[in-house]
Formats: sequence, C-alpha cells, structure tokens
Amino acid sequence: MIETVTHSRPEGFFDTFERRPGPIKKNMHYCPGCGHGILQKLIAEAISDLKIKDKTIFISPVGCSVFSYYYFDCFGISVPHGRAPAVATGMARSNPDSIVISYQGDGDLGAIGFNNFIQAANRGENMCVFFVNNAIYGMTGGQMAPTTLPGQKTVTSPYGRSIANEGYPLKVSEMVAALDSPVYVERAALSTTKNIMNARKAVRKALRNTIDRKGFSMVEFLSGCPINLKLGANEMNEFINTQMMSYFPLGRLKDIADDRDPIRRPVGIYKSKKVKELLYPVSVEKCVAPDFKNKSEIFEKQRKIKLGGFGGQGVLSLGKMIATMGKLRNFNVSWLPSYGPEMRGGTANCSVIIHRKKIGSPIIDKNCNLLIVLNQPSMKKFLPELKENGVLIYDSTTIEKPDCTPDKKVYAVDASNIAKKIGSLKYANSVILGALAAVMGSNFLTPADQIDFDRTFEEAIMDCFSDKETIIKLNIEAFYAGQKAVMDSRKKNPKQASRLSKADLTMSLK
Amino acid sequence: MEYTNKMLLKGNEAVIYGALLAGCDSYFGYPITPASEIAHSAALLFPRLGRVFLQAESEIGAINMVLGAAATGRRTMTASSGLGISLKQEGVSYIAGSNLPAVIVDITRGGPGLGNIGPEQSDYNQVVKGGGHGNYRCIVLSPGSVQEMCDLTVLAFDLADKYLIPVYVMADGVIGQMMESLTLPEPAAVKHELPDWSLDPAKDRNNLVTSIFLKYDRLEEVNIALQEKYKLISEQEQRVEEYLMDDAGIVFVAYGICARLAHSAVEILRDKGVKAGLIRPITLFPFPVDALNKAKKKAELFLSVELSNGQMIDDIKLTLECSVPVKLINRMGGNIPTIDELVDRSLGAIKELKEDGK
Repeated sequence: MIETVTHSRPEGFFDTFERRPGPIKKNMHYCPGCGHGILQKLIAEAISDLKIKDKTIFISPVGCSVFSYYYFDCFGISVPHGRAPAVATGMARSNPDSIVISYQGDGDLGAIGFNNFIQAANRGENMCVFFVNNAIYGMTGGQMAPTTLPGQKTVTSPYGRSIANEGYPLKVSEMVAALDSPVYVERAALSTTKNIMNARKAVRKALRNTIDRKGFSMVEFLSGCPINLKLGANEMNEFINTQMMSYFPLGRLKDIADDRDPIRRPVGIYKSKKVKELLYPVSVEKCVAPDFKNKSEIFEKQRKIKLGGFGGQGVLSLGKMIATMGKLRNFNVSWLPSYGPEMRGGTANCSVIIHRKKIGSPIIDKNCNLLIVLNQPSMKKFLPELKENGVLIYDSTTIEKPDCTPDKKVYAVDASNIAKKIGSLKYANSVILGALAAVMGSNFLTPADQIDFDRTFEEAIMDCFSDKETIIKLNIEAFYAGQKAVMDSRKKNPKQASRLSKADLTMSLK
Repeated sequence: MEYTNKMLLKGNEAVIYGALLAGCDSYFGYPITPASEIAHSAALLFPRLGRVFLQAESEIGAINMVLGAAATGRRTMTASSGLGISLKQEGVSYIAGSNLPAVIVDITRGGPGLGNIGPEQSDYNQVVKGGGHGNYRCIVLSPGSVQEMCDLTVLAFDLADKYLIPVYVMADGVIGQMMESLTLPEPAAVKHELPDWSLDPAKDRNNLVTSIFLKYDRLEEVNIALQEKYKLISEQEQRVEEYLMDDAGIVFVAYGICARLAHSAVEILRDKGVKAGLIRPITLFPFPVDALNKAKKKAELFLSVELSNGQMIDDIKLTLECSVPVKLINRMGGNIPTIDELVDRSLGAIKELKEDGK
C-alpha cells in the first residue's frame, strides 16, 4: 500500500507568519539547507497531531532560532542566552499542565547555558529539550562551538579546532544519559530522509513523555549549517553522516520513561482561612488580655540588654526568650544578633531592646542597662558598655569574678553547674533567665509584676518551643532553679545583694 | 485552636510571611549571607501551602526561573545580596523589557568584590538606577523595620502587578537580621487571578512574551512607553516617612538602618536646640522628590546618611538642584556609625556650613 504524503504547512505553524517583519510572510528566515527549518516543521506537526497547541510554551533561545515565535501557533517567549532550561523550570513548576519546549543550539545549551541545562536535567524537570547541534555558531557568523569537531575550521578556530587549545567536542547526550533523573535521551540527525523520519519519531516520543509528566527528555539533532560551513547541500549531508556521526554516534542513549511514575506537584493553597490556619502561629494561652499594657515604671524608658557568650551556648536564644517576653506583653522589642562566621564557633552576642514606645536604633554600643555574660571574652568585651548602676549577671561556673566599679549590681550565678544537674548545659540560659527574674523581683518589680514576670517566662518558653513538651518542662525547671539560686545566695549573704535603696533604684532607672 | 497574628520574626523571615500572605506562588533562590534566612523560611513555609520552593543552581538560574514563572502570570520572587544581585541583572533587564511583574529582595552587604557580609548600602546604584543593560528602572522599596519587611513585600507584589515591573525590596543586613515584633497582615482575600497576557493553557495561546524588537523605531516606541510608565510611577508612588519635619532646618535623609539611627540623632539634636528632622524614603525609585522639595523651603542643610560611598546623595542633589547644601555622613565596609558619631558629625557639618557662609 502506498501512503499519500501531502506536502503542506503543519497546523502547529501559523498560516502566515505575520510576526515576521518585512514583506516575506510565507517563508521562514532560515538559510537554505539549514536544519532548523526541518526540525521546526517536525515539532509543529507533532504539537498539532498530539493536540497540545493550547498548552505548549515554545521557548525561543538566543541564536538562529531566536525568531521561532514567528512561526509556532502556541505560547511563546524569548529568553536570555543559555537560560531556556531555567525559564522552562519556572514555567513547568508554576503550571505542571503546560508542555514546555526548550529549543536550544549548541552555543546556547553547550557553552553559555550548560549549567542551567544540566541542572534542569538532573532535577528531572518535566520538559522537552530539543538540542540542535550543528558544530558551529550560526547567528553570530560562524565561530567555534563547544561541539565543533577536532580540526574543523571556523572564524575563531581558523587553523582548525586544536585539542591542545580547545579540548575535545562536548558530548552532551552522553553526559545527560549518565544522570539518573532524565528519562529519555536520543541523538538523531537531520540529514537523510531515513534519519529525518527517525528524528520525527524522537520528537514525538519526547513530547509524549512531557504530556505524561515523565520528567526530562532530550533529543540532540545533528544539523547542517551550510552557509557558515561553506558547503553545498550534498556536501553538508556528507559532513553530518560521516564526520559528525563518527564523533557523535546516533542512537537512543536512554529510555526509562515507561518505568517512571508521572511527576506529581502539590496544588497551592490560597483560601484565606486555610492560609491563616497553616501560617499563623498558634496562640499561647496568656494570663493577660490581648491589649494588656504593663505599667511598671522600669519600662518608662527603653531598656537595653546585651548578651554575650560562645556560639552554641544559647546566647541568641536567651535573647530571643527575653524579646518574646516583651512581645507577649505588647512591648515593642528588637533583637539584633551578631551574624556571620563568628557565629560558627566564635563569640556570639545579641542586643535586645524593650520599650513602650517605638524603638530607634536596635544597636547597643554603650549604656546598656543589663549585661548577661556567659563566657570570659564577652566579659572583657562588653563590661565597658554597661552603664552606671547597671546590672550584670554572669555564669560563675566558667567566668572569673569581674573587676567592676561599685555602682554595678553584680550577680554571679553558678549556671552551668545548675544546668548540668537538670540534665544538660543547654539549659544554662534558662537558669540565667530565672536569676534575672529574681534580680528583677528584688530590685525593680512590684509583687504583682513579679508573678506576671514568671508567668510571662513560661509563656515565652511555650511560644519558642511550642512543639517540644520535654524541652518546655526542663527549661521551666531550669528557670526556677536559677531564681532559687539567687534568692538562696541573698539569704546567705544579705549584705552583698540586698534590696536596693530607693535612691539606687531611681539612679538605675535613669 | 487559637491563632495569633503577633509574631517575633527576623526581617528576612517577615519577607516570606508577607510574600505568602500576598499570594506569592513560587520562590526561586540561591543561598547567600545575609539573605539566606529568606530562603530558609521559604523552604519551610512555601511547601506548607502547596506552593513552589526551588533552590536554583545559581543566581542566574533563579532570576530566569522567576522570568519563566512571571510569564505564566503567577506571583513569584527571588532574594539575594550584593554580588548575587549583580549576577541577576541580565535577567532583571529581560523582566523589565518584557513588562513582567516580579519581586526581588536584596539584603545588601559589603562590597566591592567579595567584600564582606556586614551591612552596607552600596547596592543603591545597581538597584535604584536599573543595574542591567537598557533604559529601564525598577520600583525600589526600602523597609525600616521588620513590620515593613512584611508589609512592603505585600506592597511590592501589588505594585509589580499594577505596573508590570520588577519591584525590589532592598534592606541592609541589619534590617534583614534583626528580630522585632510584628502584626501579620490578613491574607489576600482571593487567589491572584491570571492576567490575560499569561502564558497559561487557560489563556490565548498566541500570547507572546518578548523583549526583542529588531526595528529601531519599534524599539524606540517600546522604550518611550517604558519611560512614560516610569514617569507615571514617579508621580503616583512616592512614599516617605517624615519625622519632625514641620520646622526642620537640618534635614536628615536616610533609609534602612541609617534611618533608625538618624531618628535617634534627631531627638538628641532637638534636645540640644537644633531643629533637626528626618525624611525616610520608603520608595527609592521613585525617589521622594516631592517631600524633599517641600522640605527645602525651610532647610538650611541636608544630610545624606548612608552606608556607602555616597550613592543616594546624587539623587538628593539632583532633586535640590544646588538650592540647599547637601553633605554626606557615611561609613563603609560593614561599619555603622554610632548615634554619638552621627550627632557629632552632624554638628560638625552645621559648623562647617556656618563657616562657609562667613
């Protein structure tokens, strides 16, 4: 039986190419003998036959095919040189129903954009890459490509591509086939009728994989550029069939689409109520009304708290707990960490400011009201920043007694040892916070405020560790142990840490 | 279960809450200090809402994924810092040239070159002036607090859609890294509708997104249309916060952390009897020329406070056209002036001005 072949324009193309500037609206801009025209016709036929015109996005790259959007009757976009696979990724992820075609030449894909290409392949993006390898840069005027053959002369390899200077041609298909993610890799050619018919099948197979959401498919097409190679039509085909194929053998390098399940992507949630449920934090039960305003005199002015210690000692999270306490009682708070390499192993510090009014600068460089120190270097560094009559709390397990001016209120807390008894050094910061509660209680807070301070701390712990019940329990235990330690030492040595006189209190409030 | 809209968040984290509440559909990014917490939060929270988070292979990959996602009509974003923004510039130019909406967050750090991770504001020129090739601008919003990191991210998406333009949220490392209490806004009431130009199966398949125009006259038309859009934005979208500006003779102009410092400096100077005030640009493009022009009627001196070699000061000078003296108070390399330093240098500048006048 003889099949009737009708030579007509495939329906994947526009009837006339109105987007093409100038008088020529029926023909493509490609040179005679160029492979692009053949391949684009195969693709146009396929997207029409597969009935995907309404969901195909054809990405026009930079190169001779930059004007592909003149021809294809589907969605089109032009993108930066080499970036088509990244753009395709953004599209395929945004709408998994789209059929995204990344159509790229050897410079676009193999040189400037190779990383974007190979990474998209390795992620197994659901897309088709049609890779046109003609061993030369066409649009820019015949320069060497990454796939230019050894010895091949171009305007930028006028003595022939030298292995010593430029290395071997890039075997893109072999590299992609070596990856685990891609499902289909084939190298075809656009030279003889037989090769073109095989190329036609490869185009359809790749597109079908994308329709079935099987992931990443790529077909490499050995293609002719007779103008830049200065070859006639027959010589061009000869070049492809002998010289190119000897370096780039045809064949199916990988085909595992049948073994792969379709890729599933999540569906975005946008309903206001559901978004709130998933995003808004769970409210901790507070013992105050939502519009509670603390009236303590101590917060008439902004309170500056500096905390220093080794990275990993919980200095930053101690600061966060204090800031959280402020937040829970509707103060304005700021928390600023030292950030960067010093966090990893070195000294860490943070500044916390609590204020009724708007906080200006979040940086504390002098005049802090409260200094909490968990290691020796921080004592040296930050003690000078403590203001007159300021309060210092430090971990006396690890730090020597500092040499302070007598106006300072100094509290040594055996924090590391107490924390170890509770179970881990990591509770030392809660011990310190308990000590702070005792210090505040004896010096600055009314009895009612004191009860609320303890309660706020428990709320802050729940706020910070909302999903870890044991951690909450042990931190609360550490808190009360720290509080007790300060109270006990006061009993033992009432003179050292007596309740401040009214005059002292007024001083430290300034 | 009871939910609260009160949180204590880092500026970088607040960006992602803002983005999700604004209906952002996808995040593409590459890690870089001091912007990384944005990616961390996105990785945690985008999937929770079934939305797209993808760590890109590079900054270039990330901005081109944004280009692709934006072309499908979805709200999309990326974030980076200094050198990463440099890498993105080609893609930003394409987004601007293709009239696509997108949000880019820049948490600035020290430069040039690898510089350091300290807070600088030396990305001003590359972000506010366009940065990449071609005659384009981006809207640039500059948050001064964690609350604004969230709120201005929401605004960034709205402006990007309104004007089909890339919008930057540009903050320094301090604003990105600090935590403050904030109130979360309400989520966008409905899902962001796909615009008619979207490359999406629900829309006309002949939709085309491109920035190539071979004919010189056609490309000139495209450019003229862009300039008209920027003019409209300049007229409509200037935003500032003013502090004690009614009678200010000494006008600080500062954004980001510098505005927080200047706010404190203004209070100290007022205590010393100096009539100081602060203009905090919330939009850097459009530059708040109206506020400056109003202020110059009473002002004797403008002080541009910057963590750079003096980049915003050019815009101040262009606005004032030499009618009032402008001086720079700056630090570089990741250093931040203390408030005392700021006050001292302001008093120095005032003294210098008086001596110049004699």
